[in-house]
Amino acid sequence: MRAVVTVTGKDKKGIIAKVSAFLSEKGANIEDISQTVLGEYFAMIMIVDISAIQEELSTIAKECAELGKQIGMSIYMQHEDIFNAMHSV
Amino acid sequence: MFTSKDVLETIAMVEKEHLDIRTITMGISLLSCIRDSAEETAQRVYDLVCKKAENIVKTAEDLSGEYGIPIVNKRVSVTPVSLISAHFPEKAPLIGRALDKSAKTLGIDFLGGYSALVQKATADYERIFIRTIPEVLATTDRLCASVNVGSSKTGINMEAVKMMGEIFKECAELTADKDGIGAAKLVAFCNAVEDNPFMAGAFHGVGEADTVVNVGVSGPGVVKHALEQIPNADLTEVAELIKRTAFKITRAGQLVAKEASKRLNATFGIVDLSLAPTPAMGDSVAQILEEMGIETVGGHGTTCALALLNDAVKKGGVMASSRVGGLSGAFIPVSEDIGMIKAAEKGAITLDKLEAMTCVCSVGLDMIAIPGDTPATTISAILADESAIGMINNKTTAVRIIPAPNKKVGDEVSFGGLLGRAPIMPVHSCDSSKLINRGGNVPAPIHSFKN
Repeated sequence: MRAVVTVTGKDKKGIIAKVSAFLSEKGANIEDISQTVLGEYFAMIMIVDISAIQEELSTIAKECAELGKQIGMSIYMQHEDIFNAMHSV
Repeated sequence: MFTSKDVLETIAMVEKEHLDIRTITMGISLLSCIRDSAEETAQRVYDLVCKKAENIVKTAEDLSGEYGIPIVNKRVSVTPVSLISAHFPEKAPLIGRALDKSAKTLGIDFLGGYSALVQKATADYERIFIRTIPEVLATTDRLCASVNVGSSKTGINMEAVKMMGEIFKECAELTADKDGIGAAKLVAFCNAVEDNPFMAGAFHGVGEADTVVNVGVSGPGVVKHALEQIPNADLTEVAELIKRTAFKITRAGQLVAKEASKRLNATFGIVDLSLAPTPAMGDSVAQILEEMGIETVGGHGTTCALALLNDAVKKGGVMASSRVGGLSGAFIPVSEDIGMIKAAEKGAITLDKLEAMTCVCSVGLDMIAIPGDTPATTISAILADESAIGMINNKTTAVRIIPAPNKKVGDEVSFGGLLGRAPIMPVHSCDSSKLINRGGNVPAPIHSFKN
């Protein structure tokens, strides 16, 4: 099962480090990562394999949002199906 | 495979444009609950609803967490209670109260199906049942009622139309301390559908499977935001963009509906494509019409803009879902749409214009507050007009109107939450009582004879 982690907000040091540390601690494997910085705006999208994670996806998604609050960014973790459904025919 | 742009677009839809799944509604057949006594039947009904829907709230919350899309309402619809209580219609309120209790146990906000289908004629047990509606809605919190008074196939049952004018008034009067909220939980339909997930008109038709999950999507804000990006486009392009946007919104609904029905051990029913507004800023159907180029909703051109919107939403949505149904149209409830509230306050939108708008969109005169001293026959006449539009045009129309006790034009009613607030709108003062008191049936139109 794969999920998409999206991190957006004002660019600052250590965002990738903090997010990937959290994900690896949970047992998620990062398969793909793309990042753009537009002016001060930072956007990172990760595709992660969450098959090995014990907790439910909705629980981890909440924890991601919490982590986002702590580091002053907006973080979403969503099942990849939602994007496949909405953006392909 | 999706791109980064797609991901960011979805997130922006949720964060800034109020994209949500408006409701997951579980339809439950109550036919197996019928017993000899009302007391026993009510107990069976309570037990069955609580058992079938016990996981609806948790499942919706899980799905919402996994997909990152809010699921606003979790609801239940049941077999029309008039059928369940046919043997003891005067005791139907026992079943109504059992249903209300089960809604509270489940933690859902509304449960629909305190309903009667009398489109051709009113049976004795239905007459007694309909008379119980005001008292039941006044003594329950989460129960919704509906009555189907006509259809394209059967014509309009004018006895029922007359009765419903009185019932609307009674519902409002019995809840006068709360601005007449009882009437806000009651809908009268022409061409009611059996798989509608939206309240207050949801009920579970007898032609449906045992347990069904129907999903209502939403996203007026998403459509409006998309249109803001093409301020000078012609209407062909506008329709195309609405179609594409409706496709994306509906796909989210389809995914949730399929997954929810699997987890809830129910049949996947339909996705309802309706654009349903909320009183929140930026979640308004009226503001889409204004974005299309009408200064204030209600102005000339509103009906045309709404026709385009409603059709484009359907075309995009049909492609996105394997089963489409319910009401599937743009909703124009006055009290639940900030753009409509503002237009009504300015006097820009009137009952007459709203009636014209219902010719091209579902669902009808919805959440409209009128003076409390409006005669019952006038309310019946409003319902008769609306039913005629539905009957002749082969579409669902409805009336959910609140004759707010002790209020007059210039006052306001406020129900809070999703039901919103509404200024009292004027009605025509001329007398329609002779027409209503004639009774009988309006015969079905000639084009209904298709066999």
